[in-house]
Amino acid sequence: MNEFFDLPSDLQHSYLGLVALHLREALLPVLAGLLVALPVAQLCVRLRWLYPPVLWVTTVLYAIPSLAFFVILIDYTGLSELTVMIPLAVYSLVVLVPAIVDGVRSVPQETLAAATAMGFGPVRRYVQVQLPIAAPAIIAGLRVASVSSVSLVSVGMLIGNAGALGNLLNSGMIYNQPRLVWLSVIGTAVLAILVDIALIVLRELVTPWMPRGSRRTTRPTALKDAAR
Amino acid sequence: MIRIESVTKRYPDGTVAVDRLSLEIPDRSITVLVGPSGCGKTTTLRMINRMIEPSEGTILLDGVDILRQPVNTLRRSMGYVIQNAGLFQHRTILDNIATVPRLLGWGKEKSRARARELMERVGLDGSLAKRYPYQLSGGQQQRVGVARALAADPPVLLMDEPFSAVDPVVRKGLQDELLRIQDELGKTIVFVTHDIDEAVKLGTMVAVMRTGGKLAQFAPPAELLSSPADAFVEDFLGADRGIRRLSFFPSAGLELLTSPVVAVDATAEQIAARDTTDAPYLLVTDLDGKPLGWSEPQDLTAGEIEPDQLLPYGRPFVAATDSLRAALDCAVLSPTGWAVGVDTDGRVAGVVSQQSIGEAIRGAHAEGRADGTAEQAATVTR
Repeated sequence: MNEFFDLPSDLQHSYLGLVALHLREALLPVLAGLLVALPVAQLCVRLRWLYPPVLWVTTVLYAIPSLAFFVILIDYTGLSELTVMIPLAVYSLVVLVPAIVDGVRSVPQETLAAATAMGFGPVRRYVQVQLPIAAPAIIAGLRVASVSSVSLVSVGMLIGNAGALGNLLNSGMIYNQPRLVWLSVIGTAVLAILVDIALIVLRELVTPWMPRGSRRTTRPTALKDAAR
Repeated sequence: MIRIESVTKRYPDGTVAVDRLSLEIPDRSITVLVGPSGCGKTTTLRMINRMIEPSEGTILLDGVDILRQPVNTLRRSMGYVIQNAGLFQHRTILDNIATVPRLLGWGKEKSRARARELMERVGLDGSLAKRYPYQLSGGQQQRVGVARALAADPPVLLMDEPFSAVDPVVRKGLQDELLRIQDELGKTIVFVTHDIDEAVKLGTMVAVMRTGGKLAQFAPPAELLSSPADAFVEDFLGADRGIRRLSFFPSAGLELLTSPVVAVDATAEQIAARDTTDAPYLLVTDLDGKPLGWSEPQDLTAGEIEPDQLLPYGRPFVAATDSLRAALDCAVLSPTGWAVGVDTDGRVAGVVSQQSIGEAIRGAHAEGRADGTAEQAATVTR
């Protein structure tokens, strides 16, 4: 059984090592994207006119092929994981910004007025009222961004050993070994499903206040072409 | 006391929401702002806790300009109830109610103990404490809204159309509950509504506002109904203000007749002995003294009285506490034209004719006119 997971030595990783690398390269960018998207989205909520241009910019950034990013970034960050992760973080914005904006805007006017009238300052109101109520929408955005990110990491193989399971796919094709190809493709798919399930569990944990039945929040429409 | 001194709210596009409004809101009573949509009543309310800043004029709270304390301190000293309750859907009922105490820095346990106390006060079952808002009915949510506003025991309560979004039966329950709570707590309440009936029912003083943010009349509800200041107020009060005004006249002065009342097991002599000179009908009661229905004396045969053959008696009024409006309503509901007065247990206290009620109404009007002039001199602050 163990030889089933044996990998060519040029990959410099065990199978589990590749999986861990893949996960890190996929999820750290989403986390970074979230940290950027939160303040950007809040600005868009406050200044309505800013939202359309911001959406436009994130969409254009999403349209830039990762290879083009790599060519530019290699001068600065070299053939590293970081070079792979920066484009992924940029891509995640196209889902996360609208998800957060929609989530924060979905807070009912009465709830906001009540919070203001009870003496919540703007910061406290954002952290204690708007963000928690936006959580389901934000997590829905995170699900799309994470799954898409898991599938996108593979392109890292273009710049050497930074593609994790993508490099495995490449090796499988070079050495004509279908076993490696299957390990890569199925491994990536299972990883995407597990990440999605983990986020669903997280949502259940943080939103005990959601009516049953309506828990299936619709995903943001911005990224129907998630698998690029 | 809250004193609004010639306050104007003008928006950048030139719209005037409130126009040189002056109002003295008395302490420990309910002042209702009522008017059609766009009359600036909600804007006025929101200027009191500075959710909207006036363009001109000042608002004084106990003689001090409300601009002179930090805005959030001011807001935490005023309870706020909004339409649809505006509860925090991500917090439990208990934590919703404990919001302002927590903001004021009370400990978690103390805040929650206070919240439990308030749940009881507004008539919410303690078992709801750990539920979330979506699990409650609209009426229950609104009760939570009231409890949340009262949590830190603020002297002032601002209520913005709080009961508009619930059905009429629940609304009546909430209104009665508010009056009961107000009897116990004596808050200074400013209440906004577009429903004139609600205004008349709840208000100690009613401010009728007209489109354009102008005050049309500021008076106690009885005075509003008896002498509307102008055609707008009269129109806004609706067609049956004369009838509604009767709500303010007690029925206690009505002379109730007991002679036309017989029990269902009455003997022929008892029926024959009833004096029918004043009343052409006899009211039949059950053995408990509760009304069954009316009948003409000649149709009654001792021992064979069939309750379902009797004429309906309408909706009896409680003789000690109900108004002349309830008595008149009962009289017009019965084909006999007679009203049935009952005690608080529902037993017949006596009956009264439409004619006697009419006399009582004329008497009450005469009295109203006599002290109305004095009243007007005392209460008009416009």
